[in-house]
Amino acid sequence: MVVVRFIFLCVLISCSFAGAANAELRIEITGGVEQAVPIAVVPFGWQEEGSMPFDVSRLISEDLERSGRFKPLSPDEMLERPTAGRDIDFDDWRILGIEVVIVGQLLKTGADEYIIQFQLFDVFRGKQLLGYRQPSSARQLRGASHLVADMIYEELTGIRGIFSTRIAYITVDGEPPKQRFRLIVADADGENARILVESNEPLMSPAWSPDGRKLAYVSFEKKQSEIYVQTLRSGARKRVSSRRGVNGAPAWSPDGRKLALTLSKSEGNLDIYVLDLETQVLTRLTTRGSIDTEPAWSETGKEIYFTSDRAGQPQIYKIGTGGGRESRISFEGPYNARARIDPAGEQIAVVHNDRGNYRIALVDLKRGYSQVLTKGHLDESPSFAPNGETLIYATREGRKGVLATVTTDGRIHQRISSFKGDVREPAWSPFRRN
Amino acid sequence: MFISRLCLILGLLVILTGCGGTSGTAMDDGTAAGDGSESTDGSARSSGAGDDDLMSGGEYGDPTAPGGNLEVRVIYFEFDKADIDEASKALLVEHGSYMADNPGLDVRLEGHADERGSREYNIGLGERRAQAVRQILLLRGASSDQLMTVSYGEERPAVLGSDDEAWSLNRRVELVYNP
Repeated sequence: MVVVRFIFLCVLISCSFAGAANAELRIEITGGVEQAVPIAVVPFGWQEEGSMPFDVSRLISEDLERSGRFKPLSPDEMLERPTAGRDIDFDDWRILGIEVVIVGQLLKTGADEYIIQFQLFDVFRGKQLLGYRQPSSARQLRGASHLVADMIYEELTGIRGIFSTRIAYITVDGEPPKQRFRLIVADADGENARILVESNEPLMSPAWSPDGRKLAYVSFEKKQSEIYVQTLRSGARKRVSSRRGVNGAPAWSPDGRKLALTLSKSEGNLDIYVLDLETQVLTRLTTRGSIDTEPAWSETGKEIYFTSDRAGQPQIYKIGTGGGRESRISFEGPYNARARIDPAGEQIAVVHNDRGNYRIALVDLKRGYSQVLTKGHLDESPSFAPNGETLIYATREGRKGVLATVTTDGRIHQRISSFKGDVREPAWSPFRRN
Repeated sequence: MFISRLCLILGLLVILTGCGGTSGTAMDDGTAAGDGSESTDGSARSSGAGDDDLMSGGEYGDPTAPGGNLEVRVIYFEFDKADIDEASKALLVEHGSYMADNPGLDVRLEGHADERGSREYNIGLGERRAQAVRQILLLRGASSDQLMTVSYGEERPAVLGSDDEAWSLNRRVELVYNP
């Protein structure tokens, strides 16, 4: 029977990766920098005519500061501005209490060829720790600067930097029933934000493929939940599940070949399935009458963690990807949901009910104990940075949805605010593959 | 009371049989059945649709007189629960019978949850609630091909807010006739 709708809800889907949004995220450090190491990133030299095509040293300084571990000296306070190691007078820096100094130059070697040349010094010992020449085109200078910041970070901390990674997130504008939903990808510092999908109907659950080239997500554009996989570079997308009932919570296997997902089919009961993206074979993993959802693969790809309320309220369980016995993983607190595995496979981040507040907690997989990391009332959607050092999550500032980060040791907190609308469901990309 | 309801239903049947392709603006006022059926009869005749053309549908507004139970299209729930209380059950009994009497009608059962807790788990709660409503409607005579369930979880709140009142208004199932 054909029925003509009185009011048309237009669903505008723009899947172009070239659709740019102005930098929508702004990152502020709100706490935990008492032990930040004093460093100096001396403004890099530039010998050519005209201004520098990109302020390389400023970006490096901002990246290192944003990590919360370093406190860069303001250039105004610098007693000298060397651009090469041989020109450094280490006493000038010791006086200021600076422990690490970074000097360098941006060199132009061709029409569109540049080199970022830099050196990193231990001030106390007067010794070079790192020296490198990073080539780049003009357009790539931002990315190359992030790469340099990553190298410096790893040299100083022993941990791989995440300055070259990206974040996907969802924004919502407007008031019900007329809201506008967007799935956006930006650099880890909030720049280069691009709209991947836009819709008048909800978008949910963005999930990065392990190679960082695609995002799976849930869209209600057809007035029911469906799962899409979209390729970032081309904007092309494919609908991978629109079965009857719920299609939700897509999660990529570590080899990128499969998606674990939640289906209810015609039974009306949510269960975990695994879809082989190549063969389209669908394998069912859970069969109970409880809500079983939010699958997350172990880093070996052999087990899947998931949320189940079979014991009354949601808790985290684990099952082998070949099926078999399910075991319970979370035991503290009345509510634990939406597990995400840390890259080392040693702990999971969950949404945890802490005395009536929904907060992010870490559950140690070997010892089973939980540690609450955040302090909000409605915290959710935790996602690990690929170096396992930091979690990004969604929280509230008053009525507004914002993002925040916390280091997994709980020490450094940051708030990421958006200029307009609510921001939610952050997903941290894998490391860039070169 | 019963007679007027019968007239309502009969009026509706006339509307449904005669209404192919009209935009139905008059009926969207959702006022007393008399207005609706009169204008429809007129347009039905001019468009030439036959009385036995049961399959063609048309847009229609609120099929019941104001104050009737069928006008109530939302069921509410307790936190974390999909239990349907007695008053809601009585309501759904009427909807179920109405659907049994009108096999041409479809209903979308849209399940929702309040914002607390994780999003995909809340999709599960919304679905559980929609299924609970569906069960009662089936028992009262609706057929399964008339019923479709969709869960929006916490993604489509009726009311923005983070207090008990907003939360209680968002834990719901909405019955959307002929979506």
